[in-house]
Amino acid sequence: MMRLGPSLATRWVIGILVGTFFAVPLVSTLLYTLRDPSGGLSFARWAALFDPAASAAIRPIWIGLGNSLVLAVVTVAIVLLLLAPTMILVNLRFPRLKAMFEFVVLLPISIPAIVLVVGLAPIYLQIGRTLGTGTWTLAFAYGITVLPFAFRSIQASIDAADLRTLAEAARSLGASWPTVVVQVLAPNLRQGLLAASLISIAVVLGEFTIASLLNRQVFQTAMVVVQKQDPYAPAIFTLLALLFCFLLLLIIGRAARGTRKAGS
Amino acid sequence: MTLPRTADNVLLAEAGEGTRVQLQGIVKSYSGTRVLHGVDLDIAPGEFVSLLGPSGCGKTTLLRVLAGLENADQGAVLLGGRDVSSVPTNRRDIGMVFQSYSLFPHLRVIDNTAFGLRRRGAGRADAAKRALDALALVGLDAFADRFPHQLSGGQQQRVALARALVTEPKVLLLDEPLSALDAKVRVQLRDEIRRIQLRLGITTVFVTHDQEEALAVSDRIAVMSTGRIEQIGSPEQLYTTPATAGVAAFVGLSSVVSGVAEGDRVMVWGQSLPLQTPADGPVDVYLRPENVYFTSEADAATDALVEESTFLGSMRRTLVRTESGELVRLQHSPRIRPAFGDRVRIAITPEPVAVHPRG
Repeated sequence: MMRLGPSLATRWVIGILVGTFFAVPLVSTLLYTLRDPSGGLSFARWAALFDPAASAAIRPIWIGLGNSLVLAVVTVAIVLLLLAPTMILVNLRFPRLKAMFEFVVLLPISIPAIVLVVGLAPIYLQIGRTLGTGTWTLAFAYGITVLPFAFRSIQASIDAADLRTLAEAARSLGASWPTVVVQVLAPNLRQGLLAASLISIAVVLGEFTIASLLNRQVFQTAMVVVQKQDPYAPAIFTLLALLFCFLLLLIIGRAARGTRKAGS
Repeated sequence: MTLPRTADNVLLAEAGEGTRVQLQGIVKSYSGTRVLHGVDLDIAPGEFVSLLGPSGCGKTTLLRVLAGLENADQGAVLLGGRDVSSVPTNRRDIGMVFQSYSLFPHLRVIDNTAFGLRRRGAGRADAAKRALDALALVGLDAFADRFPHQLSGGQQQRVALARALVTEPKVLLLDEPLSALDAKVRVQLRDEIRRIQLRLGITTVFVTHDQEEALAVSDRIAVMSTGRIEQIGSPEQLYTTPATAGVAAFVGLSSVVSGVAEGDRVMVWGQSLPLQTPADGPVDVYLRPENVYFTSEADAATDALVEESTFLGSMRRTLVRTESGELVRLQHSPRIRPAFGDRVRIAITPEPVAVHPRG
């Protein structure tokens, strides 16, 4: 029988080439952070991150990381409490709006962050006057930038579940709309909601342009600041952030497999 | 006398006497297209009424209006004499079984069944006990801890039925609940639904496009066409005295042949047959397959050629083409085995026949 797809050897070659492409900069960065002035390798610079004496220099990174985590939480809240219910509403009650809704939600992916900031700047003037200039307010902008990614994840779950019948069955059994959403629909969309949340966290942790141009201190902007005095600490944090995002992707992958199994 | 504490008797003891359901002048349109044209329907307490009709006739829309899942443009829905037209679905006290499997995938069978009870404020233990009783009613109490994906389609619909019944709703609505099942399970579950409905005395509205299903289980059948009820009556009434050509064509098998009516008789193939209702002039005559038979008599009959003959176990159904080109179906003993192209002679039993003016 004729085999479809590349041979095992070809797949190995492709895998090694792609793996090398990604591994070389990561391994180089890791070696860079382990380089000792005496010529050997040591974890001295990694340990220094948690040394109170050396912490003043990298303090902006910890503040930025804290701000980014707050932003991640608020952004995830926007995704779960605003985007997801809106998508459920559009799918159940206003299916005719689906195409237009999808177009609007996917727009941010085609708009460069710099262009987005130009449009957001006057809005943030108003936000500053009403809600203050706290870093957490960036979550409104991030809520827009994560829309395409979160939308795709949630829509995949919605398409896999027969939301209309589930909602109507729950209604016929006496459930109010909040009960329908929380107790019936959300559990059946949990893989999509989880994936949307994790992707949102990854996007927020990696965002630089908007925060920088709107003068907010987040993880990425803090790393640029610190890098000017200590190039090693940002490299270590970069590796840790990549490791964190890698773990998030692993969890998303497992969640997706869970969805497929449940579907089958 | 105290009844033994079986699952059936527990539910029977708690069951009400059924609720009267009235639909008055229901009008519904989608995007300017009217799908229900002022439908009136009055269902007695404890009655089993089927809405029968082809796809797109409005039967499911009517059921959804009754459930409150769609709002009527005009008209009123009354349950037990109370106008519930503006009452949301979750407060109408209905039980509904859907065409597609509507069990909540993340909940075990017992939790699915207890869902409605919990929404009505029943305690966890009480809800679980009553849910188990309802599951016993459909023979699935042993499956209480399973998840829906671990059940077959027929079992899932049984659970859906138990879930709809356990809250003792005023009315049970069945939206083509058997159409996704295979033929054997469909017949079993159909009979089970009727048995449970009779036992509980719950008013039931059953939507189906399958006339055999409707004939088998209903007290009355409302035959719908293009957003209207063409005729409502008992299965026997619909079968023997269809009010319109549409009903005659849709309920049971009919062959349409030409005849000439005069008063209370109609002439077909030289035979004079009694009419169900008097008529005059050229008419279409509706013949049931069991009323046409093979004969060897020379007069009062017509010649025909066999087109096809199908063995159906206890009987055989044969399609013949008469000399005038009309296709006629006969139902007869399987011992007679006509072959394609055989020349036969057929006649009609002198039963009252339904006719309609030739259109």
